[in-house]
Amino acid sequence: MADPWTVEAHRLFKKHGIKTVGYVPDAGLTDLINACDADNDIKAVVMTTEEEGIGLSSGAWLGGEKAAILMQSSGVGNTVNAIASIVSSCQFPLFMIVTMRGQYGESNPWQIPMGQATAPVLRSVGVRVYEVDTEEDAVGAIENGLKMAFVSNAAVAVLIGQKLIGAKSFIADVAEEVTHV
Amino acid sequence: MSELKLERADVMAKLMTVRGDALIIAGLGSPVWDVASSDHKPENFYLWGGMGCAISMGLGCALAQPDRKVWVITGDGEALMGVGSFATVASQRPANLAVVVLDNEHYGETGMQRTSTSHGADLAVMAGGAGIPTTLAITDMAGVDGLTAALTSGPLPLVAVVKIAASKPNLVLPARDGVYLKNRFRQAVLGATDAMHAS
Ligand SMILES: Cc1ncc(C[n+]2csc(CCOP(=O)(O)OP(=O)(O)O)c2C)c(N)n1
Repeated sequence: MADPWTVEAHRLFKKHGIKTVGYVPDAGLTDLINACDADNDIKAVVMTTEEEGIGLSSGAWLGGEKAAILMQSSGVGNTVNAIASIVSSCQFPLFMIVTMRGQYGESNPWQIPMGQATAPVLRSVGVRVYEVDTEEDAVGAIENGLKMAFVSNAAVAVLIGQKLIGAKSFIADVAEEVTHV
Repeated sequence: MSELKLERADVMAKLMTVRGDALIIAGLGSPVWDVASSDHKPENFYLWGGMGCAISMGLGCALAQPDRKVWVITGDGEALMGVGSFATVASQRPANLAVVVLDNEHYGETGMQRTSTSHGADLAVMAGGAGIPTTLAITDMAGVDGLTAALTSGPLPLVAVVKIAASKPNLVLPARDGVYLKNRFRQAVLGATDAMHAS
């Protein structure tokens, strides 16, 4: 069996010379974040809000390096003005991996509205959106997205569907025992 | 509100005497005009938008150019909007990044409305609380002299909050074309060929 998309993503980051990875965690990103954290050739940057990722990635490019940004779909809402104002105005390359919530089998109703808004919001500020639901498509989209972002100065988001991550990445869904009040 | 006496142009002139080859990210608002009027060069990236992103942009640049100093010059309003970046910078501890906040206690660019720093928010304390190892709260020229010394011989990262008068900046405007500003900066840092190709 092929490696999971998270392992391939880390491999592709190295292949494409990604030097900085900024993230706000999501359960579905755990393995990829851990791989980047453990990699001495990658500066893994934990951020306080996803908006910082846009500054971080654009600043890295100004300094001659490539960065990738990882976030949950709800975090996309925090990036909108930064993408429109900085990335679109200056045609900065942008590569983000977004793990989806609120999209397929979601058990937290508060995630659903932003989950539905994620792709259209990104498109509305000029980001090319690749929505993927299989391991194979995820790897292909990451590979081609990285190429397009940094060779063609494009803004690219790969949206990893809940069908692929599993809807049960939410901690309360996997706990053995919960109490309802 | 304490009496703010330092003039932004005087502070900028003093800082630029020790700039050397430092790269500058100028935050949206009056700091863009300040940097353009005090030392306009290709190694300045002027933010005409993206309020709240100056510090994270400086961090990205500093991590990519570890052998070069990177200065973020920004306003109190801009810094407040991206205040979490103090914690992000602190967790990375880039030894080449300095953040200078020109704190006029107002949103100057939009008509001098008061910011939270005029109501007691203290950005130097907030930066220290976020884990920034060196913070400077500056209210007079002797303090600015201390800042030039710190910018020259470190240690970095540091955050300096310079209290300045809420006076009008010198309206010296750089180009507004973001693609031009980006490419010009990259050419100055990376050379003409590398600037136009992915690394
Ligand atoms: C996201 C966003 N909100 C509001 C504005 C409007 N705006 C532009 S400059 C500015 C004030 C900047 O104030 P400060 O950083 O204190 O700089 P000053 O001009 O006072 O030196 C504001 C509120 C904006 N451009 N973007």
